[in-house]
Amino acid sequence: MRRLVFILVVLAMGCTTRPAAAEQLVVSLSNHQVAITSNFIGEQLVLFGTIERAPGMALRPSYDLVVTVVGPRQTLRTRRKQRVLGIWVNVDSREFLRVPAYLAILSNRPVSQIAPPDILRRLQIGLGNFLLTQRIGSDIADTVSDDPFRKAFVRLQRDHGMYSEVDSAVTFLTPAVFRAAIALPADAPLGQYPIDVKLFADGKLVARTNAALEITKTGFEQYVADAARDHGLLYGFATTLLALLTGWIASVVFRRD
Amino acid sequence: MQIYLPIADMSVNVFLVLAMGLAVGYMSGMFGIGGGFLMTPLLIFIGISPAVAVASVTGHIAASSFSGAINYWNRRAIDFALALMLLAGGIVGTATGVWLFTTLRALDQLDLIIGLSYVTLLTVVGAIMINESLRAIARARHGMPATVRRPGSHTWFHGLPFKLRFKRSKIYVSAIPVLAIGFVIGFVGAIMGIGGGFLLVPMLIYFLRVPTATVIGTSMVLTLVTMASATVMHAATNHLVDALLALILMVGGVVGAQFGARTGQKMRGERLRLLLGILVLAVGLRFAYELGVQPEDLYSIRHIGAG
Repeated sequence: MRRLVFILVVLAMGCTTRPAAAEQLVVSLSNHQVAITSNFIGEQLVLFGTIERAPGMALRPSYDLVVTVVGPRQTLRTRRKQRVLGIWVNVDSREFLRVPAYLAILSNRPVSQIAPPDILRRLQIGLGNFLLTQRIGSDIADTVSDDPFRKAFVRLQRDHGMYSEVDSAVTFLTPAVFRAAIALPADAPLGQYPIDVKLFADGKLVARTNAALEITKTGFEQYVADAARDHGLLYGFATTLLALLTGWIASVVFRRD
Repeated sequence: MQIYLPIADMSVNVFLVLAMGLAVGYMSGMFGIGGGFLMTPLLIFIGISPAVAVASVTGHIAASSFSGAINYWNRRAIDFALALMLLAGGIVGTATGVWLFTTLRALDQLDLIIGLSYVTLLTVVGAIMINESLRAIARARHGMPATVRRPGSHTWFHGLPFKLRFKRSKIYVSAIPVLAIGFVIGFVGAIMGIGGGFLLVPMLIYFLRVPTATVIGTSMVLTLVTMASATVMHAATNHLVDALLALILMVGGVVGAQFGARTGQKMRGERLRLLLGILVLAVGLRFAYELGVQPEDLYSIRHIGAG
């Protein structure tokens, strides 16, 4: 059953992505791999692209562009506090399953002006339309966008700089050349970040392409992380030894004889 | 200056963390406590995940208690026999605490239990300490000898069997309360993620009448052993010890502990206990405030897992 749904979804997407192979998107990132070093405080990336037209085809009067950057998937629990016997306790919680840890929806103008709501919903454009799967009782589904838990979840993620919807992040340098600014926060999780670029004209999807960026650890940071994961016991002894050494050095340095 | 922590997966300001290490280290040297009950909430406050904070703080406490212990060792202010006996009870207590920790986590109310135990324990212990030390100060001011026999100075457990003589501390007590205190410290430490020094010091003073001269050094040896083994255990099982974070905290911590130890030895015992009592009570009230006042945001997000 799930497979059938999946096939239908793929077919539906196929229909929408290729209405007419009139335009094609060519995109490139300023940096495909972001290496986290010891002074990493976040990074600004730029995605450049052009709109290639079929020979002899005239440029349409106006294009709209939406870039969706989706970070690694995580399961997050949103909890709500309530007063019980005078103290504030987490009473209710909702699990968000395999939702992006980072999500940026970048466009050249507010998404609500780019396409009609049904298309936005189908293509998951905008934070309100992006599919955020929740476990509700025994069901797994997304809720309406004004569900209190969903709203709180998106708001908290926005506050942390993890989710964003920026309607001025895409700029057209010429009618056919554009750039999109992608801001990665300092605590962006490691992993693959697929990027989905969609071109609209007159409220319809006319072209679509993909790119990806990757956030990795390098050098010392990677070495420490690997050691902690693969040689836990040894790493623990090393840390303890480090602690004893630091304590001993301090007592020698500060000896008052 | 920002620095990226490899296990915590976030960048922090080195000087902020260093200053936190210094401040907590100073207090740990002064009072002979590990300082976990101060450091862990501070780290969580700057955005480090509670699990990484608890695991990394153990390394920091091990470092500052070792440097403090050396200091007290040079002054012959450690009772190793007493520390060993407490440790025996502590191991059993830790194992029991870890078991309860796992059970409570399965019930999804661990945060509440931790919060409530912080409030209860810290406010009660803090209030008792303030009360006792104020009385001692008042007595001293009225010219009464400090060694006056207080009610309860000789309680029922002084009649218990298996009496042992701890020479360095000049006390003669039954092994049972010593083991029991070790057990309680180990148990509470595992549940609350703290070394338990702030509990151990008053317990040794009030129940066992360990003199102030040896109580801090002895408590530091116990803290050192439990926290060093906790570092190894956390690293081996959860892989959550951030060595870089621990190192920054350690450097600040040991330096602070050196100065703290000096201040502590210059100060009179009851005044020291009054200060520690105020500190403990303040942290307890801070936790109570958090539980009792409507939070700014009713919602919060907790990371469950990747994928």
